[in-house]
Amino acid sequence: MPIRLAVLALWRHPARTLLALLGIAVSAALLLDMVMLATGMRENFQGFLMLKGYQLRVAPKGTLPFDSDATIDSATALVAAIARLQGVTAVSPVLGAQVQTASPVDSNVSAFTLGLFPNVQGDYELLRGTDLSDSTSLIANDRWLAATGHVLGDTVLLAVGYDPQLRTVVGQRRLVVRGVARFFYIAATQPTLAVLLPVLQAMGGRERRDRVSLVMVKAADGVDPEVVRARVEKVSARVSAISLEGATSAVEQRLGYFKQLALVLGSISLAVGVLLVTTLITIGVNERAGEIAVLRAIGVAKGSIVRQVVTEGVILTGVGALAGIGIGLVTARWLERILSDFPGLPATFHFFVFQPRDAAIALGLLALAGMLAGIYPAWRAASLPIAGTLRREAVA
Amino acid sequence: MTAIVQVRDLARDYSMGSGAVHALRGVSFDVNQGEWVAIVGPSGCGKSTLLNLIGAVDTPDSGALTIASQRIDRMNDGDATAFRLRQIGFVFQRFYLMPALSAAENVELPMAEARLPREERRARVRELLGYVGLAERAHHRPSQLSGGEQQRVAIARALANRPALLLADEPTGELDAATGLEMIELFRRLNRDGTTIVVVTHDAQMAAAAGRRIQMRDGAIISGGLA
Repeated sequence: MPIRLAVLALWRHPARTLLALLGIAVSAALLLDMVMLATGMRENFQGFLMLKGYQLRVAPKGTLPFDSDATIDSATALVAAIARLQGVTAVSPVLGAQVQTASPVDSNVSAFTLGLFPNVQGDYELLRGTDLSDSTSLIANDRWLAATGHVLGDTVLLAVGYDPQLRTVVGQRRLVVRGVARFFYIAATQPTLAVLLPVLQAMGGRERRDRVSLVMVKAADGVDPEVVRARVEKVSARVSAISLEGATSAVEQRLGYFKQLALVLGSISLAVGVLLVTTLITIGVNERAGEIAVLRAIGVAKGSIVRQVVTEGVILTGVGALAGIGIGLVTARWLERILSDFPGLPATFHFFVFQPRDAAIALGLLALAGMLAGIYPAWRAASLPIAGTLRREAVA
Repeated sequence: MTAIVQVRDLARDYSMGSGAVHALRGVSFDVNQGEWVAIVGPSGCGKSTLLNLIGAVDTPDSGALTIASQRIDRMNDGDATAFRLRQIGFVFQRFYLMPALSAAENVELPMAEARLPREERRARVRELLGYVGLAERAHHRPSQLSGGEQQRVAIARALANRPALLLADEPTGELDAATGLEMIELFRRLNRDGTTIVVVTHDAQMAAAAGRRIQMRDGAIISGGLA
C-alpha cells in the first residue's frame, strides 16, 4: 500500500512531477557523465596501452615514453638482454624522430616517424597496402598522404634534418610508400610515418646509431608484469620500466584535474537532485498534512508514513535517473567530441567510456540520494500532531 | 453491563500564549458494551477534545482512560497507533477519504496496515460496502461520490478491523437533512448489530437517536456522566 499511495501522490500533480523528473534526469545525466569521466579515463587509458598486449614500457631513466628527446643507447644489447629475461614473450624497440620531405617537388611536410620492427610492433594497425618488409619500405597515415599528395606506391625522398652551415638536408633516404596505417598513440591530425628501426637509426647518423626512444615489453600470460618490470630495471641502470599501473597513475596525476572536476560537478549535481526532491516532497507533505493526520488517526503507523514518503523520493529519483542515463549518454558523446579536439590526443583515446558499472554507481548514488531526500519530509509527515492537524484542517 | 470505556477525572489543557485553556476539567463517565452515546454541548465545550482523547490521538494531562481494559493514557505513540488500528473506528465530519483511492481501497487501507491477507481484505471490503449500501460504487473515487456516500465509505473504513468502539465527530455535519437522516438510520442499524458508538454531535436528531446523551459545558459534564 505505501508504494501505491506514493505513486498516487506523485500522480496527483502530473505537471509538477514531470518537471521534477526532468530536473532529476538532468542531474542524473550530469552525474553519470562525471562518473564516466572519472572512471572511464583510467579504464580507457589502460585499454589504450594494452591495444597490442604490451604491459611494460622501458624509457630512458627518469622519463616517460616520448616525454622528451632522450634516447637509450646500446639498444641492441639491451633488447637482447630483456628478451632473455624469464617471463618475457616479446620485445619491441621503437625510435621516434621528426622527418621532413626532402624532394624539391614536394611541399615541406614534417612527420613524426617511428622506427620499429613490424613483426613485434605495437604502434599501428595496417589499413591498406603491405607492411614494412625492407629498407626502402615506408608506412604512412592518411594525414601525411593528404598533406604531401602522395599515394601508395609513390617513391619519396625523406630527411631527418637540415644542416644550416652546409645548407643541406641530412640523413636522406629514398623510400616507397608500401602501406597506409592508423597509429594508436599519435594524434590523428599529426602526419606520421613508420620505417624499419635500422633505417631510421641510419638516417639519424651517429647521434641515433643503435639508439631507441622506447622498448615495449610483453610479459607471458600468468606472469605478474610487476615482477618482469623489476627484472628489466635490473638489466640496465640507464632505463626506467613503467608498468600499466604505473603509466596509468602517472597519467592520472597529470589529468588529475579532470577527476577533481568530475567529482566536484558530480557532487553538485547530486546535491541539486537531493534538494530538488526534498523541496518537492516537502511541499507535497505540507499539502497532504490533513490526509496524513487522518491516516495516523485510523492507525497507520509512523513507519508506514515514512516508507510512503521515502518511496516517493526513491520513485522520483529512480525514474528520473533512468531517463538521465539516456540523456547522459547523449551528452557524453557530445562532450567527447569537444574534448577529442584537444591538440595532440590520439584518435583511439576516449574520455567517456560507458560501463554498466558506471550506470550502476550513478543509479545507486541517486537511489541513496532519493532516500536521503525523503528523510526530512518523511520525518515532518510522521511527526505531525494528529489532533492539532485535524483541528486546523476542520477550521480551514 | 460491561463498561468498554472508563473515563476518570480526565483533564486536558492547551497553552495559548502566556495562559492556558482548560479544554477538559476532570471529566468522568463510562460507556457500556453495545451502547450508543451522544456527547452534546455548545461549540468549544470540549466535545472534540474528549473524543480525540478517547480515540488515542491525543493524550490527557491528567486522569485515567481505559478502553477495552487497556490504559490508553499510559500508552506510547507506537502502542496507541496499534490500538487505534485494531480497537477504534474513526468517522470524521469531513469524511477524510484518500482522494486518490477508490471506495474499496479506502476501506481496505486499515486492513492492509493490519497486514490481513489480501483475500480476507477483499471479502471484508465487499461485506462492508454491501452493509453500507455501496457495493455498486466500490471502484468509484471519493470525488465521484455524494457526501452521504462518502460518509458511508468512511463508516465502512472505520469498521474494517472490527473495532471495539466507533467514534464519530459530527458525522452529519456536512450532510443535508435527508442524507443526515439516512446516516442516523445507518448508525441505528450499526448499534443494533452490536457496535458500541460514541458520537459528538450538534445534530438534535442524531443525539435523540442515541441511547444516552452526555451534556457538556466549559470542559465539564453537566449531565449523563457518572453520578
